[in-house]
Amino acid sequence: MLTLDNVSVKLGDLRFSYTLKTDATRISAILGKSGSGKSTLLNVIAGFLPATGGELEWQGKSLLGLPANKRPVTTLFQQHNLFSHLNVGQNIGLGVKPNLKLSAQEWQSVERVLEEVDLQGFIKKSAANLSGGEQQRVALARCLLRKQPILLLDEPFSALDESTRYDMIELTRKVVELHELCVILVTHNADDAKLMNAKQYQLQDGTLKPQTTEHRQQTL
Amino acid sequence: MSGLKAQINSALNHWWLPGLLALVVLALITGLPLTALILTTSEINLSGVFQNTYFNRVIFFSFYQALLSAVLSVGLAIPLAQALSREQVFPGRKWLIYLFSLSLVIPTIVAIFGIVAVYGRTGWLNNFTAWFGIDPFSIYGLSGILLAHVFFNMPLATRVLLQSLDNIPDTQWRLSTQLRLNGFSQFRFIEWPAMRTQLVGVFMLIFTLCFTSFTIVLTLGGGPRATTIEVAIYQALRFDFDLSSAVSLALVQMAFCTLLLLLSAFFKHNAPLGFSITPAATVFRPVNKKRWVSFSIIILAALFVVLPFMGLLISAVNPSTVAVLIHTNTIQATINTFIIAVVTACISVAMGIALLISSRHIRIRLAYHKLGQWIQHAGNIILVMPPVVLGTGLFLLLRDFADVFSIALLLAILINSLMALPFVLRILDGPIIQATEHHDKLIQSLGISGWSRWRLLDWPLIRQPIGYAMGLSAALAAGDLSAIALFGSERALTLPLLLFQRIGSYRLHEAATTAGVLLMACLVLFVLMRAIAGGQLLRPIHADS
Repeated sequence: MLTLDNVSVKLGDLRFSYTLKTDATRISAILGKSGSGKSTLLNVIAGFLPATGGELEWQGKSLLGLPANKRPVTTLFQQHNLFSHLNVGQNIGLGVKPNLKLSAQEWQSVERVLEEVDLQGFIKKSAANLSGGEQQRVALARCLLRKQPILLLDEPFSALDESTRYDMIELTRKVVELHELCVILVTHNADDAKLMNAKQYQLQDGTLKPQTTEHRQQTL
Repeated sequence: MSGLKAQINSALNHWWLPGLLALVVLALITGLPLTALILTTSEINLSGVFQNTYFNRVIFFSFYQALLSAVLSVGLAIPLAQALSREQVFPGRKWLIYLFSLSLVIPTIVAIFGIVAVYGRTGWLNNFTAWFGIDPFSIYGLSGILLAHVFFNMPLATRVLLQSLDNIPDTQWRLSTQLRLNGFSQFRFIEWPAMRTQLVGVFMLIFTLCFTSFTIVLTLGGGPRATTIEVAIYQALRFDFDLSSAVSLALVQMAFCTLLLLLSAFFKHNAPLGFSITPAATVFRPVNKKRWVSFSIIILAALFVVLPFMGLLISAVNPSTVAVLIHTNTIQATINTFIIAVVTACISVAMGIALLISSRHIRIRLAYHKLGQWIQHAGNIILVMPPVVLGTGLFLLLRDFADVFSIALLLAILINSLMALPFVLRILDGPIIQATEHHDKLIQSLGISGWSRWRLLDWPLIRQPIGYAMGLSAALAAGDLSAIALFGSERALTLPLLLFQRIGSYRLHEAATTAGVLLMACLVLFVLMRAIAGGQLLRPIHADS
């Protein structure tokens, strides 16, 4: 279980305080306008921003003392998920070992995870030559291979065109359910949340409010 | 992991370590000489500086010639930039603008030789005008200093202004045609506003460059009537051995340089550092009704810049060429020049990278943008403490411990490294930031750090700019006269010093060949360092992009 108990952050004059409880295998979607603090929430879970108070726990253990790279978390960003001077295999391999010295077995697992996102044979392709949708799929493959139980999705579908977006959401939902991940999806698009089968929360005035289905239909 | 690698790895894991080391080195190289300068002042009467007529004249002349040089350079650059911007297509345009960037790597002393060959007493111009019975034009004194300063800085100003003209949006030109603006109105409402934003900045830059100008004033000036503070310090130290004058002038010079630096901080300019050529625009341009005016300006400017190079190339091969080439002095000077250049390039680029890696962490990951920039500005210390001032400090610091003339090469390397550092920082800053800018969170979450980060994420992206920075600092060090003029001797010759001596004793044949050798040395060093460090030999140069 992922628990946020009044996790507070100060950004200049803005104050946020997040409270959220979610099961280890549930998809939660955080909806809100830009500037409402959606990305700040992900940054504080991932450890990019220090919390000024409250408690953040995963399976009963506090995460707040851990640096970003030691947390059981992996993030799929909206863009710039790949290093464009490296190839697909290297980009995924960095998620396995940050010095890129992978064993033969590990390279095989890179190929396997590429099959999972329907990109078999892409391992030697340069990241610079991929389409936007392919880039996000490579990044998703890396997230899966890192085997971290918490997956943070930071508007990962927003930069994609309409048809690619549906395919990507479908693929993401499938692999997330298969790998039984705890997912926090941040988006400004209520459609994304619906398609991901997510429990929805509205972020307003610095706090999270669960949204019932009825309420959601009213706002739509 | 080998021992060195492990050490670098642990150094890179501590983001503050490289920058701190570089700052400590900078503080030692400049702080100790400065302390030596200040401690010496207790023995002298500083207020005497402003009562001494010689000093007053030197200080006045420093400002006077810098002001005239900057006014002339910028003033001539305005019509030239306008002409080049109105004429986007003509044969040789690319090469002319390319030539305008060369002043960055051409050693000053080499260009001076070219200028003397064309405009000197027995040069082409005077030979030509003598036919018409016109009195010879003297290149020594204020006129020569101005000529050389304009030769170096007018092209620089032109490139800055041309850049702003080329950035004028297409729609403004279309609009000006529909409104039927005439040539002057185009200038007044479109071209002038575009240039004006850069004008003060580039004026300040050129003023500062000319104020601290050393080589040009040393060779073409001289005497109390045409001496700048920088040269007066050198003369006090090297010829009169008048320590108190040298120290007082050095402190005065530092005060003025600090003032100028603070002033220029207010005025931004986008002086280019590379050889990138603005592509011949395919944008719409109004018809240029006075093409003959534009072309006259361009041809005159081209002659002004090209003739000295031709003068140099033509005179470099002469009856004494072979004798000069195999002379032991030439060979020794060439070897020393290469040593200074290569070591300087390594030191200044290493210091630059060290400062930038720490400053990047502070700016991006810790988000203290200003603090990070200040750490980087420490690398520009030479702008406050110009070479001859730093040299004077080093002289005072070391005179009790060592024979400064026997460690001349080492001191030249120290001074040249600091001289190249501002260029290195400007070249590498953008690429090092870009290598991280959008990916910092990703890098953090994947835990890529230390040696792996350098090897996988930084080096592949900044290798090419590093090669360019190495090439440029090597060429700068190879062509520099200011540091070696203070400490050099027959025991520690470099090519610029040898050339200076040969010009000074009017052995012009020998000087011409020496200039050719120095020019070749700079070119070879530039290409070679770029090739080795940047991993490329003969690819087109694109430093700005």
